[in-house]
Amino acid sequence: MRAFAYHAPASLAEAVAILRREGPGGRVLAGGTDLLVQMKERGTVPRYVVSLRAVADLSHVTFQTGRGLVIGSRASLTDVITNRVVRERYPIIVESAGLVGSHQIQNLGTVGGNICNASPSADTAPPLIALSAILRLHSNQGPRELPIAEFFIGPGRTALEEGELLAEIIVPDPQPHSGGSYERYTPRQEMDIAVASAASFVILAPDGTVSHAKIILGAVGPTPLHARTAEAILIGKIPSGDLIEAAASAAVSDARPISDQRGSESYRRHLINVLTRRTLNRAIESARG
Amino acid sequence: MAKMIINVEVNGERQELLTEPHRTLLDLLRDNLSLTGTKEGCGTGDCGACTVLIDGRPVNSCLVLAPEAEGRRVTTVEGLAEDNKLHPVQTAFIEEGGLQCGICTPGMLISAVALLRSNTEPSEQSIRYAISGNLCRCTGYDKIVRAIEVASKRMKANAAIASH
Repeated sequence: MRAFAYHAPASLAEAVAILRREGPGGRVLAGGTDLLVQMKERGTVPRYVVSLRAVADLSHVTFQTGRGLVIGSRASLTDVITNRVVRERYPIIVESAGLVGSHQIQNLGTVGGNICNASPSADTAPPLIALSAILRLHSNQGPRELPIAEFFIGPGRTALEEGELLAEIIVPDPQPHSGGSYERYTPRQEMDIAVASAASFVILAPDGTVSHAKIILGAVGPTPLHARTAEAILIGKIPSGDLIEAAASAAVSDARPISDQRGSESYRRHLINVLTRRTLNRAIESARG
Repeated sequence: MAKMIINVEVNGERQELLTEPHRTLLDLLRDNLSLTGTKEGCGTGDCGACTVLIDGRPVNSCLVLAPEAEGRRVTTVEGLAEDNKLHPVQTAFIEEGGLQCGICTPGMLISAVALLRSNTEPSEQSIRYAISGNLCRCTGYDKIVRAIEVASKRMKANAAIASH
């Protein structure tokens, strides 16, 4: 690795002041599992690094009814996976965070970093978009909130502005009669990157019809994608095998996959059909309770 | 770039180490402390040869910047034996032949010890899952899995004797 200046501020205010003062060419360090690989192998040469390790109150995972789940950007994947409230109320987040890397990576890496790295195949992104999570971003100008769906701009590119960092991920309270599921396809069971993935989240009305549906596709576009035509097919209908088949087929046309070493375009389209159907089935089943 | 002092506890001993921000925890262990048990394989967090415990949790030391270890408790393979007596996991690896070239072994041992601290009766599947971040190119894993099984049974039996 090339040399850089290292800062470990003790507060968020100090962290954003450093970003403001030092200007372009800096990187914010949370767990480091992506950043260090980029610095060692991919030619990323930051002029300075701002570590979040000493910033108080960024490692929390807390839940409060009415305020939802708050995940600090320095909380490790393991902190999230092992949190009792997340396991009980947001199983889809546990499912996806548990798929990122090895235990060693999960103990270092963060959900915040997985989001800010903005890989199209990031496992925690589709579930958090499906759950309508909000990102709390901080800069010298103060905090602002952004729906996570608006955060991803392209591979490795986000809506973070110069001098801005991610402080917290906020996931709204769990809704009654809701259910979510995430699944990815990888040739190996562990330690692999998704060829394609899907997250489905539904809320059912008292009459059993679908009142809210989010289907988010991973690794089949430059960012995680909203399968809007698939969602529209479900709204106001009673879920049935045929309806789910129709939504899964629509999701295939919502996807914009490329061919690369992990899979061809047509293979990815096939996977999206299967993964959308499976995750919708499980989401609906858990919403029916 | 400016040198800096890192305070870190390694295998129970407090250390004050002079380093640079772009060095890793792995460099600190191997170069500053001559603890060469911890190996560098890929250097990018894929192979697990550099696995150490930080505050009891296994991590890839090649992906930890040296200053990030400030104030933490680090355990390396050299810290597993107590009073000159090998850890039961180490003994089981020797007896069951859970190693060939040995490069992956220190990281494998650390992951196994971390598993057995949280799960005293792991299934074969949970053992394989626990070491999924540790690559071995020699053994085909079967003897490593068996060694961890043997160690877990022996540690449980020892604990039962100790509690009587």
